Amino acid sequence: MAASKETRTRIGTWIGFVIILIWCLLPVVWILSLSFKGPGETAAGSPQFLPKHWTIQNYRDVLGFGTVSTGQEGTHTDFLSALRNSFGIAAVATVLSVIFATLAAYAIARLDFKGKRLVLSLALAIAMFPVVALVGPLFDLWRVLGLFNTWPGLIIPYMSFTLPLAIWTLSAFFREIPWEMEQAAQVDGATSWQAFRKVIVPLAAPGVFTAAILTFFFAWNEFVLAISLTSTTASRTVPAQLSFFVGPDPFNPPYGLLATASVVVTVPIIIIVLLFQRKIVAGLTSGAVKG
Amino acid sequence: MKNIVKKYGDGFPAVNDVSIDVADGEFMILVGPSGCGKSTLLRMIVGLEDITSGEMIIGDRQVNDLAPRDRNLAMVFQNYALYPHLSVYENIAFPLRLAGASDKDVDEKVRAAAATLELEEHLERKPGNLSGGQRQRVAMGRAIVRDADAFLFDEPLSNLDAKLRGQMRTEISRLQKRLGITTVYVTHDQTEAMTLGDRVAVLKRGILQQLATPRELYENPGNLFVAGFIGSPPMNFLPATVEGTTAKLPFGDVQLPPHKAERAQGHDLLLAGIRPEHFDDASTREGARGSTFRATVEVVEWLGNETYAYIPYEAPPEITEKLRQLERELDSEAMHTQLVAALSGGSRIREGEEAEIWVDASRVHLFDPETGRNLTVDTERAGTIPELETTA
Repeated sequence: MAASKETRTRIGTWIGFVIILIWCLLPVVWILSLSFKGPGETAAGSPQFLPKHWTIQNYRDVLGFGTVSTGQEGTHTDFLSALRNSFGIAAVATVLSVIFATLAAYAIARLDFKGKRLVLSLALAIAMFPVVALVGPLFDLWRVLGLFNTWPGLIIPYMSFTLPLAIWTLSAFFREIPWEMEQAAQVDGATSWQAFRKVIVPLAAPGVFTAAILTFFFAWNEFVLAISLTSTTASRTVPAQLSFFVGPDPFNPPYGLLATASVVVTVPIIIIVLLFQRKIVAGLTSGAVKG
Repeated sequence: MKNIVKKYGDGFPAVNDVSIDVADGEFMILVGPSGCGKSTLLRMIVGLEDITSGEMIIGDRQVNDLAPRDRNLAMVFQNYALYPHLSVYENIAFPLRLAGASDKDVDEKVRAAAATLELEEHLERKPGNLSGGQRQRVAMGRAIVRDADAFLFDEPLSNLDAKLRGQMRTEISRLQKRLGITTVYVTHDQTEAMTLGDRVAVLKRGILQQLATPRELYENPGNLFVAGFIGSPPMNFLPATVEGTTAKLPFGDVQLPPHKAERAQGHDLLLAGIRPEHFDDASTREGARGSTFRATVEVVEWLGNETYAYIPYEAPPEITEKLRQLERELDSEAMHTQLVAALSGGSRIREGEEAEIWVDASRVHLFDPETGRNLTVDTERAGTIPELETTA
């Protein structure tokens, strides 16, 4: 009896797994399959799930190798520069945001200063502020300041929207680190800065990587600001650039190309997560002090 | 080596007007119940806590305003504070690397320290994988690689289990003797205080009670607090009135030595402090000088080498009140108004029996219940008692 109950539990668990997996992965697989279909197939009234004729023509068009389809000659240059913009803007925003957030979070976790609560609640308020409401004012402001359609024009708003989350995440991590660690370092002859850099930051590394990944995702995926504050491929990022993909006519959007571009921009994200995942090891501080 | 006068207070004086002079190479213990300011005092020495007033002198340098790293002291924290992201080797090397020592130098010193502490086979491991005792040794290793002016220990053994604690205690003692380095050691454990220290400073609520060798503390406690704190089981406090050389205790009369009786003149009600081992079964002490009395033994605990006999007694309310207050200060278990006598193991007294108990009257201390002061203290052999000096 007991054994059969156990097997049933196991079977039930696996059914659950499979349902969740299908639910999550179906759209991804659909996009993958779309990216290997030719335009004729995607435009068909009732498309089938897997391509009838596998083709990498979409990848040729988007990345610009081999022969490019007629009508898509400019797509790959635009896409590649958008990819470059996306990388650059997301990377700069992430690095700056994490550096600022680390310093701010350390101060919040360690020091007792007036207005600490104000800073924290203000940060939370900013995080909850609707991005769309800022688009109009920012557009005007950036035009006046000459930041419209530039990298900094996107980096600055991205930082201000990701900093609050990063600060909250990191200050939680810093609070977890026993203060004795730092004091021990100081007694051992470290300056405050050395204690921070050599002891506190390595210990907060999981937090730093978490904050970095969150910031990078936000900047990488952001669409509203990217489409509103840019006008050319000089600073347009991939999500915005995708909306400029055109098909043979207005009634036939280039589904295959869009799917291909989505696949291409998703791959770096997956790689980054896999890389950083190993760094995000909870419980790194275990063994620091007697538990 | 040090001459410290420190006051500290942000409204609440955690450490109040404490002066301790630690000699070069001395093992000084700061002891007291929790919240007595001993850790604060230590942290002021190392520079993690600001000094409100008074001065801290190390060698001939005033260090009040120096940052911890400029004081050249090594500290072992209660929770060890090892760096979990570094290997044991790098943990021990950390202070050397900060000082900018060459790799060869670092290696030499780390290996030497590891050899001293028998940590060689663990050098490449991370602190997370070590046992409590090993972590403790790593923390000590980090302290001894530097040529620090002094070691500071903040309750280093309180996180270890009882057996390991005993071993590490011996280890610390041996290490200190060998290196001959000045050490300040904070503990709330009186066993550690008695066994390790050259001298012991007993603190209560930020005030230094007595500074003396362990033996002096034990035999000549300056006041009720020190008397109750040092010794296990603690000293018995009995209400007493003295007439001539006779002290009336709840159980009977005890003949006091004349010089002690004399000091008690002018006080109505006194507290007589008698250590448990100064009682005994009268039948095993035939002919010994001292007094005997008869009492009913309530509980007997036989430990083999000795027997604890518990004898309840009635005390006047003011004495009971005083004892309650004392036990709060000592942070200890409730002391019933009962007498604990450590009888010899050969005693045949059984529970519920009336027995003849012998007491060594020459070892009786008399305390003033009002001030708590020991009236019969031998000032020649009691170290420093700040309370007495200020009134003198």
